[in-house]
Amino acid sequence: MEVSIAAAEAVKQANVDVISAYPITPQTHIVEHLSELVANGEFDAEFFCVESEHSALSVCVGAAATGARTFTCTSSQGLALMSEITYIASGLRLPMLMIIANRTISSPLSIWNDHSDTMSIRDCGWIQFFVENGQEVYDHVFAAYRLAEDRNVLFPVIINMDGFILSHVIEPIEMIKQEKVDQFLPPYQPLHRLHPDRPVTMGAFALPSIFAETKKAQEEALRSSMPKIIETWKAFGDMTGRYYHPVETYKTEDADTLLVTMGSCSETASVAVDKMREEGRSVGLVKIRLWRPFPFDDLKKAALHAKQLVVIDRAISVGACGPVASEVKAALYGSDQRPSVYNFVAGISGRDVTPSDFVKMVDKAEIEIEEGNKEGFEIYGVRG
Amino acid sequence: MTKPESEWTWKELPVGNVVLEPGNASQYRTGDWKTLKPILNKDLCIHCGLCYIYCPDMAYNLSEENYFIADLFYCKGCGICAKECPTGAITMVLEEEEK
Amino acid sequence: MTENLNVFAVRTLTQKEYFAPGHRSCQGCAEALAVRLVAKALGRNVIIANATGCMEIVSSPLPYTSWRVPWFHVAFENTAAVASGIESALKVLMRKGRIPHKKIITLAMAGDGGTADIGLQALSGALERGHNFLYICTDNEAYMNTGIQRSSSTPFGASTTTSPVGRVQMGQITWKKNMPAIAAAHNIPYVATACPSYPIDLVQKVKKAGDIEGPAYVHILSVCPTGWRSAPELSIKLGRLAVETGIFPLYEVERGQYRLNIDFPKLKPIKEYIKLQGRFRHLTDDVIGEIEKRVHREYEQLKEKASKGV
Repeated sequence: MEVSIAAAEAVKQANVDVISAYPITPQTHIVEHLSELVANGEFDAEFFCVESEHSALSVCVGAAATGARTFTCTSSQGLALMSEITYIASGLRLPMLMIIANRTISSPLSIWNDHSDTMSIRDCGWIQFFVENGQEVYDHVFAAYRLAEDRNVLFPVIINMDGFILSHVIEPIEMIKQEKVDQFLPPYQPLHRLHPDRPVTMGAFALPSIFAETKKAQEEALRSSMPKIIETWKAFGDMTGRYYHPVETYKTEDADTLLVTMGSCSETASVAVDKMREEGRSVGLVKIRLWRPFPFDDLKKAALHAKQLVVIDRAISVGACGPVASEVKAALYGSDQRPSVYNFVAGISGRDVTPSDFVKMVDKAEIEIEEGNKEGFEIYGVRG
Repeated sequence: MTKPESEWTWKELPVGNVVLEPGNASQYRTGDWKTLKPILNKDLCIHCGLCYIYCPDMAYNLSEENYFIADLFYCKGCGICAKECPTGAITMVLEEEEK
Repeated sequence: MTENLNVFAVRTLTQKEYFAPGHRSCQGCAEALAVRLVAKALGRNVIIANATGCMEIVSSPLPYTSWRVPWFHVAFENTAAVASGIESALKVLMRKGRIPHKKIITLAMAGDGGTADIGLQALSGALERGHNFLYICTDNEAYMNTGIQRSSSTPFGASTTTSPVGRVQMGQITWKKNMPAIAAAHNIPYVATACPSYPIDLVQKVKKAGDIEGPAYVHILSVCPTGWRSAPELSIKLGRLAVETGIFPLYEVERGQYRLNIDFPKLKPIKEYIKLQGRFRHLTDDVIGEIEKRVHREYEQLKEKASKGV
């Protein structure tokens, strides 16, 4: 089935209570299918199309604070518009799920895929996953809610899936039986909720004399959610046989050069790695699945032994370099022995990155590094 | 008693910085702000309750003798009660400095 | 007439305070009084979504709160959206049996900036979707919390820090936006204006609005001595004058039907209202005369709507 439909079906199976969204390409199929399910009586939830993405997330915040399981989805400009609220939702420690069908942020306007939208809210304090294929989108909906609502976590979660490249393709999806989902995902029991029986005040303002303490508490909580993320993935794997990890490796054990990717291009990169291995080259692939909290230790374990890393970013921090490369370098900086990092920005705004593109990028990186350029950065495949 | 914000450690903060004690702002003495304070002439009071209802700081309480008495712990000395009292039973006087 | 009624009916109101003393508003803040009265009107079975603004700041400095009912502040422009979320969560959770059925009023409160300017989109969306909630705008006629900057609710001629009196421009150059009319244009069941200088009227309207099925909107004039440059003890008198001069008439629109709550045989001259406020002190008699003409014209239009039952 189409991946967007699978995502919507997962939301239905997860017994979500309130859904509010605003249409934006390429997320539209998700909300359209959800509204069909509700209209047909197949899904008992409060669903409404609000008047902007900012309001969409605000509705979710209000509903989550009242104790409901909520969902929204967006892309690009919509994400930028609601970005104010993403910081607030995390500071308030409200569990909820947002699927982002990654799409370029204007200008110029483009409806096609890259990671610039999600990179603009890198710092907002949500738990963020990047998925590779349709099955992972479906699976992570359940994992996300169970993780978000855990009393030791209580953070909102984002699932990043590449717009069009994932959202609009038809893939085989193995659905999970409803009884298993219900067992894996019990109803949401909020720690604090808005209700007259126990009046609480949420969203108080903080003077400088106490703000640093609130930020420390939030930061500590996000970092220490890592064991819970691992635990949730393990429980999910035990249920379905599909196990996920913060960083996954493919043929990296003895590799000198490692490709580092995030998102759907990871699958394409693995095909390129196979091809290069056949030619006798020492290449492997490191796939980052958990974006926030950033898996510094897992990345070090996977990548420190290599001679060079070719980090593929699907977004640029204009005036600096690729965001993933920045995090990778930060992860490795403290180690005495560390690989060189060559950063490519590829696949901007949906331009295809084929296996042969990956081969060309590895070729270029290896040559450059040998010639002494150990900290290269370039946008791949630009004409002129 | 809720301790002031400058004394909290990060571990003590509730999740999401939720305030769990309803109305604990009532520990804060806004009465220190005033320059003028209301004085009631009980002979003129008709127990109408306008001083009580018009006070933005909820500083009036009904006494056992059925008079509304200003709570100087909260009273900011705005003078609304004196202005609105239909019989002029309330006057605003300068609050003397504590020696 | 109504003043006499106030004298005797005050003691029929509940003595409970759901908005606790110790909040940090200025002396003589009629907006704090408005909020106090709203809280009295609605009681404990309410959940409040509040915008950023004076009332939010004075009532919620971590770790203190003036609220004895559930209260939620998120951001500036999304109060109606947050309230929509609260209302729909309550609806679905009760429907699914996860919380017991109970009448809980969802209240959205915001100032004039958070309603007529930045919050207008969210308000319009929530009214159009027909959520069962009450939206109250406490209007102190400028962005007071950030230092008295003009909003679309600032009256014509008023001096604010972003519509100051200078050599070339003299205060606010546009007329106050008619928010109750905008709310009524959404065809919602109930719209009303109120003023804390008429406390019984305010409490009755808020109670009625809270009980209405569907969206309700109440616009409350909140005198601000700090921003209007008036003496703190005059806050109630000024609110009364605003009504008596026809500048802020008290009326309701119930299912599209207008009803004027108080009519005066002759409106007081607006000079009585204006001269007590420093924000108008630069206005010449000519300008005041022009303002008065327009106030009277709009008042007559309102009376006509009310008489037709339109």
